[in-house]
Amino acid sequence: MPEAAPPTAEAPAPETAEAPAPETAEAPAPETAEARPDPVHLDLLDRIERALPGAVIEHGTACGELVIRVTNPSWGPLAGVARSDLECDYLSFVSAIDWAPTPRDGGDDAGGDTSAPVQPTEMTFGVAGSAGRFQVFARVQSTARGWGATFKVDVDETNPLVASWVGVYPGADWHERETWEMFGVRFDGHPNLRQLYLPAGFEGHPLRKDFPLLARVVKPWPGLVDVEAMPEEAAAVTAGGDGAGDGAGDGAGGGE
Amino acid sequence: MSTTEMPSAPDFELERSAMRHLADAQMNVELDTGDMILNLGPQHPATHGTLRLVVRLDGERVIAADPVIGYMHRGYEKLTEFRTYPQITTLINRIDWLSSFANEVPFVHAAEQLMGIEAPARAQYIRTILTELSRIATFVLFLGEMGLQVGALTPAFYGFRDREHVLNLIEGATGGRFHPNFNRIGGLKDDLPWGWVSETRQVMQLVLDSCDQFEDLVVGNEIFLSRTRGIGIIPGDIGTAYGVSGSNLRASGVDWDLRRDGVPYLAYPDLDFKVWTHAAGDSFARYWVRLQETRESVRMVLQLLDGLPAGPVMAKVPRIIKVPEGEAWVETENPLGQMGYYIVSKGATGPFRVKIRSASFSNVSILPWLLRGVYVPDVVTILASLYFILGDIDR
Amino acid sequence: MNAVALTTLGIEIGWGAALAIKTLVILLIIPAGALILGYVFLLKMMSHMQSRLGPMDPGGFHGWFQLIGDGLKFVQKEDLMPDGADRKVFAGAPAVVLISTFLVFLVIPMGPDLVVKDLDIGVFYALAVSSLSVIGILMAGWSSANKYALLGGLRAAGQLIAYELPLLLAVIGVVIQAGTMSLNGIVVAQQQQSIFGIDWIGNPYILTQFVGFLIFLIAAQAELTQTPFDMPVAESELVGGYHVEYTGFRFLFFFMGEYGTAFAFSAIAATLFLGGYALPWVDGDLANWIGPLVLFAKLMLVAFLMFWARFTFPRLREDQLQAFAWKFLIPLGLANLLVTALFKVAF
Repeated sequence: MPEAAPPTAEAPAPETAEAPAPETAEAPAPETAEARPDPVHLDLLDRIERALPGAVIEHGTACGELVIRVTNPSWGPLAGVARSDLECDYLSFVSAIDWAPTPRDGGDDAGGDTSAPVQPTEMTFGVAGSAGRFQVFARVQSTARGWGATFKVDVDETNPLVASWVGVYPGADWHERETWEMFGVRFDGHPNLRQLYLPAGFEGHPLRKDFPLLARVVKPWPGLVDVEAMPEEAAAVTAGGDGAGDGAGDGAGGGE
Repeated sequence: MSTTEMPSAPDFELERSAMRHLADAQMNVELDTGDMILNLGPQHPATHGTLRLVVRLDGERVIAADPVIGYMHRGYEKLTEFRTYPQITTLINRIDWLSSFANEVPFVHAAEQLMGIEAPARAQYIRTILTELSRIATFVLFLGEMGLQVGALTPAFYGFRDREHVLNLIEGATGGRFHPNFNRIGGLKDDLPWGWVSETRQVMQLVLDSCDQFEDLVVGNEIFLSRTRGIGIIPGDIGTAYGVSGSNLRASGVDWDLRRDGVPYLAYPDLDFKVWTHAAGDSFARYWVRLQETRESVRMVLQLLDGLPAGPVMAKVPRIIKVPEGEAWVETENPLGQMGYYIVSKGATGPFRVKIRSASFSNVSILPWLLRGVYVPDVVTILASLYFILGDIDR
Repeated sequence: MNAVALTTLGIEIGWGAALAIKTLVILLIIPAGALILGYVFLLKMMSHMQSRLGPMDPGGFHGWFQLIGDGLKFVQKEDLMPDGADRKVFAGAPAVVLISTFLVFLVIPMGPDLVVKDLDIGVFYALAVSSLSVIGILMAGWSSANKYALLGGLRAAGQLIAYELPLLLAVIGVVIQAGTMSLNGIVVAQQQQSIFGIDWIGNPYILTQFVGFLIFLIAAQAELTQTPFDMPVAESELVGGYHVEYTGFRFLFFFMGEYGTAFAFSAIAATLFLGGYALPWVDGDLANWIGPLVLFAKLMLVAFLMFWARFTFPRLREDQLQAFAWKFLIPLGLANLLVTALFKVAF
């Protein structure tokens, strides 16, 4: 059943779930102008509730955009509902989020790189919450009515599986292939789930947080090294290490 | 646990209606010949970059086509998880490299929304001007280069020549022709240089003349018309179901432009402009719509120059940009179509997850459906008319 | 270039020397013609039409040495053959194309006596021999072991055969008006006939056979596989079509064959429609001296038109191309033939 997010009907401030994504002040322009007033969000939620009772677990707004989390079994029928009841004929994208914390080592941090952003180490979830590590999210829009909504669905961590939207939105074909390839989420009903970007037979799912950014594992961040020695010093070092020509180079610009 | 499965061979279907459409171009006696598999790409003049199209041909007719992408996949979404916001603007410049200023705008806008900052009015106007200049630069090249794909050698040179003027303008303002990296969170890096406004007015007149020249040279050419009319028709509802956006969708009759219909962004609410559509949905319609949109962009730039407000170009932002926790989705009408960024932030100096929704990815995903039953030369025409950029597909 | 011509210069030569001179001239005329056409039209005229300069450095003055340098470069390249190619056919294809071009020049008169052999069936021979190149193209397309080449070769076969007929029909109108198939005879007829009494410009058949001239130009454009009829070599699709696997001097043969044939067709058009080497008031020995120059000037005019169309128009798709030939050009040519025959009988 729909979780009780504060159902402010008329308040101009956007409705916020108590999820750990409090809306700090967003840009005033999208709220006040004719873009996305609250009545539209309520209307959409209403239509979903009528078409798929009990599908919506939670909803929230991401800087004025409606985000709805639905149950896993209702993801399949949701495509048809979005197409017909919500009049959303346009599929923007289907992708996934991995809520596991960004690793510090094995990630970009090989060798003590200090420039990469430091992300929190606990797993927290975003707008409309989440039940676990993986979520599939998709956005549909209506070209005629000018509204849109982002839908999120939880997928099981050990066996990520969710229904495919290909029957309703043929464009979901490639999006779901990419999501499977990058996150490992399988789409039930997809005709041909195979690699899209990566070579066939690639092992692993790159966008998962436990898949390291290989560039930094193979080779340390060049910005780590100290300033390269001035040419005279470098020459002196090379001349000093006369016989060992190749070893003498490591004093000057060792990060080469 | 899901294992990496070996991909099976693509499963092609035969559409009888597509075959009937070509019946009068064939001989009545069907010779019983085998099919040929032809690889268009990844190195091919017609595929605009490293796109590989595996087509199964019967003579000169395509039975099925399977695009293979990923030759330019740079892993941007993974990279963004390890970069700070200013570092990311450098990366995303290079997604659609023909209109690179326009790539930065939705990202920076999303970050500003999360931070609660609004860029000053002058910065919004200059951003809009530079976005429209990028649109003009991209479209002028398209007008010339589609002629080249259809076989006319000359329009391509005119396209490059006229684009140079616009690139000079962008370079004058930002310092970079292709990758300006000019947006900052909160505004822009710098103000416009002296004399830039008057020079822009002159260049806009030049662009209008150039559009007239293209209309004479290409649109008025009977051979071009016979090569593009009726080729590659995308019905409006199929287009939206695939996620086709931008001029491609408007050429199919769908009246939808994010500058007018979406969440207001930049200076577009202040502008008075027309959204061009065409009912046919074929390759000619896509060419024609882009031609008109180029002219419309020129008018928009002139309006913006007239209404350019004074003031600062940068809002007050902290030195180290830390975006508060939250999620934001911003979509814009980029030259190639709808581009959007879904930023998930956890309060660090860099995002937690960025989903980059690029236009060409969806535009190209319609190819397996669209290319059934067309001739090989029509494949080239259709690819040219959809106008995708490989960096935009592969990110 | 027979013994008569050289005796006017006061030199006595035997038939052997005459034969040698003729052979030498023919052998040189193809590369020279290809070079001139290629440089003037392809490199310079096309560049200026596209608001750029073209080669400017090689040779100092506007890059005149560019094509010669290119030729030298081609000659010293490695001779590659694709692995699965049929070696003999692959090697023979460029030779067939080039030989057919050489053979055309045997009948083109550059002066009243400056013709290698003035055949009575000159026009018929020229057209027949120029269609030998179709075989060469098919050989190239088939033997390259490359799907793009195969597609190009097949397209070429259909196209070139289809456009032979309009070519022929256009020429027959001229033959009817001149009353002879010999090219020298046609030139003389143009020089000496008159149009309804006005005879100071002779009777260049372009005036009465303008329809035929247009058809000839269009069909010649198609025979040369030049845009708008360059489906076999569609640069942006087949990357080169039937000659995509050829490099080095084999490609040089194709290049020379293509531009040499353009030269030849321009010369034939100039001869048939513009009066060839003849100026109406010039006769005798003077005609022998200035004949080649006059022919060259007229030929360049025709080539200018052909190349201008090449750089401007997009290309027609194969089925559109065929429809254009069979459904439009051939009926038009037949109509032209009918009208010409009527006029010939009536007047």
